[in-house]
Amino acid sequence: MSSAAKPRATGTVPETPTKTNQVYVPPGLPGSLVQVKARYDNYVGGRWVAPVKGQYMVDLSPVNGKPICEVARSTAEDIEVALDAAHGAKDAWAATSLTDRARVLNRIADLIDEHREMLAVTETWENGKPVRETLAADLPLAADHFRYFAGATRSLEGTSTEIDRDTVAYHFHEPLGVVGQIIPFNFPILMAAWKLAPALAAGNCAVVKPASPTPWSILKLAEVVGSAIPPGVLNIVTGPGAEIGKALATNPRIAKVAFTGETVTGRLVLQYAAQNIIPSTVELGGKSPNLFFEDVLDRHDEFLDKAVEGLVLYAFNKGEVCTCPSRALIQASIYDEFIGRCLDRIRKIRQGNPLDPATQIGPQVSQQQLDKVASYVEIGRQEGAEVLIGGRRPTMEGDLAGGYYYLPTVLRGENRMRVFQEEIFGPVLAVTTFRDEADAVRIANDTLYGLGAGVWTRDGSRAYRVGRAIKAGRVWTNCYHLYPAGAAFGGYKISGVGRENHRMMLEEYSETKNLLVSYSPRPLGLF
Amino acid sequence: MASAASPPAGADRPRADRVRATPAALAAIARLRAEHEDVLFYLSGGCCDGSLPMCFADGDLVVGDLDVELGSVGGCPLFLDPRQLAVWQDTQVTLDVADGEPEGFSLPAGPGQHFVAQSRVCPSDELTPLLRGPRPRPAA
Repeated sequence: MSSAAKPRATGTVPETPTKTNQVYVPPGLPGSLVQVKARYDNYVGGRWVAPVKGQYMVDLSPVNGKPICEVARSTAEDIEVALDAAHGAKDAWAATSLTDRARVLNRIADLIDEHREMLAVTETWENGKPVRETLAADLPLAADHFRYFAGATRSLEGTSTEIDRDTVAYHFHEPLGVVGQIIPFNFPILMAAWKLAPALAAGNCAVVKPASPTPWSILKLAEVVGSAIPPGVLNIVTGPGAEIGKALATNPRIAKVAFTGETVTGRLVLQYAAQNIIPSTVELGGKSPNLFFEDVLDRHDEFLDKAVEGLVLYAFNKGEVCTCPSRALIQASIYDEFIGRCLDRIRKIRQGNPLDPATQIGPQVSQQQLDKVASYVEIGRQEGAEVLIGGRRPTMEGDLAGGYYYLPTVLRGENRMRVFQEEIFGPVLAVTTFRDEADAVRIANDTLYGLGAGVWTRDGSRAYRVGRAIKAGRVWTNCYHLYPAGAAFGGYKISGVGRENHRMMLEEYSETKNLLVSYSPRPLGLF
Repeated sequence: MASAASPPAGADRPRADRVRATPAALAAIARLRAEHEDVLFYLSGGCCDGSLPMCFADGDLVVGDLDVELGSVGGCPLFLDPRQLAVWQDTQVTLDVADGEPEGFSLPAGPGQHFVAQSRVCPSDELTPLLRGPRPRPAA
């Protein structure tokens, strides 16, 4: 992709031109689109509420490693305050007509659109993802997600079944009540939208805990959309997971818990849900294979160009994506030419200040993520993997020298290696070859995970066969990293339990009420 | 769970500790044990902060019958999902401490600090046996 090319990572997102191709001014500086307060409280009951114990923590920007602001370092008491607000609001929100609930969700979407640039710069500054991605993907998709569920909830119908001539079973969807939602750092606003939109659309109130590295973006979102939402329907509490994440997930006052993150905390969330006997959804990541069959090279055309980009998409959002196509499986017969083309493309990736619309890859979200990425590349070297490109930190100049940058990296090795089996969550691709279709499917499925996968071929029959044979919840076929609302997203195997991003989520955020009604005047005759 | 691997016949070399800890990690563990009595570590996987050692007060995470105990440091066990053993068995793990808040529900190693696991590739039969769990595959 040249710097002038439109970002196509999200495909179905309508292109919205930016006002300028100039580098955005960092939040808080004169001329920036984003105002920064020195300190942010929790957002509870439609108001900004100081944490009970009065403690705050510093939120850093990964762009330069410097503080952005302070946010509440909340404790278990603050979760109770938020739950009080949510429980106070839940009956009225549950009784709100679908028309009005949908109106709220559509208003949220409109406000996100109206403040798209401001929120994009906010999220870029806190997470490090390139502003070209937040402008074209994160924010438009978040807005669309609210619209999708506004429509979906209005079109969701109950059922009536004639059990016999005089007996009818009616089925209604009823809200669960108050739900707890724990959001990951990689898409601080979009992942919140994925969880909030269906929960609110189904008539629930939410208490949300953002990830520790990215608490600020969603607070800026609350500044924008808060006025559109009845107080107490949305509550946001920031702080350490061991303190407030646990206090939320274990709390007997939540009716469901949703979590995206790593496997052991996922296991804890499931354990706590079992102890409280409530439903849960967990999305725990993956090690997604991206399969390139030899026919992609049959012609040197636009499709080949698309396939090359499809491999390079491992660097999208600096690899901090649960579905990062982090294992490229290339048919041996085309390996040399195909990887050569891909490495040429990778060499041209522009890394730098993510507030520059020309930047294609920014910093990792935090020092610990950077350290983890570097340690995995070292493990790969020890395992005998060959570094084809990258494999080190870049030298950054000026203010960026304090940021958490890592070069896009490709390791060639074998699928049994740890770098092929474990999620690195960085811009590190593990590449290997396969002989034939059966070999490709075997390697693709030789993983504990099953979240995403990609299949690239000009042969429609093969695309279908392989897509069905891969044990993963989402198989992108001749595309990758599209996240349209309406396409179910979730994991096979240890990648998680449950689905998001689809109308079926309304069921997951609802109870089923069955009214079993007899219209017969006659007694049963048993007593 | 007495299925710990025994040394191969004829092995006379001393085995290296499968799990070690830096002095900083040992100090952090001692502080946590003073506060929480016992703690345990579990190597995570997957999204976000996967691969980091998560630290919990004993009894918080229910350890399953199939969980693998790689070793113990400072009186605290380090567990692993048995399904991950195939790729972790040839690894010597050193627990250490780094700056930054822990993610997930892990206890911090100290104010603003979290635990990390440094890895060194090392054949399993040169490392101390698992304390609990399935026997690693024999070296090829």
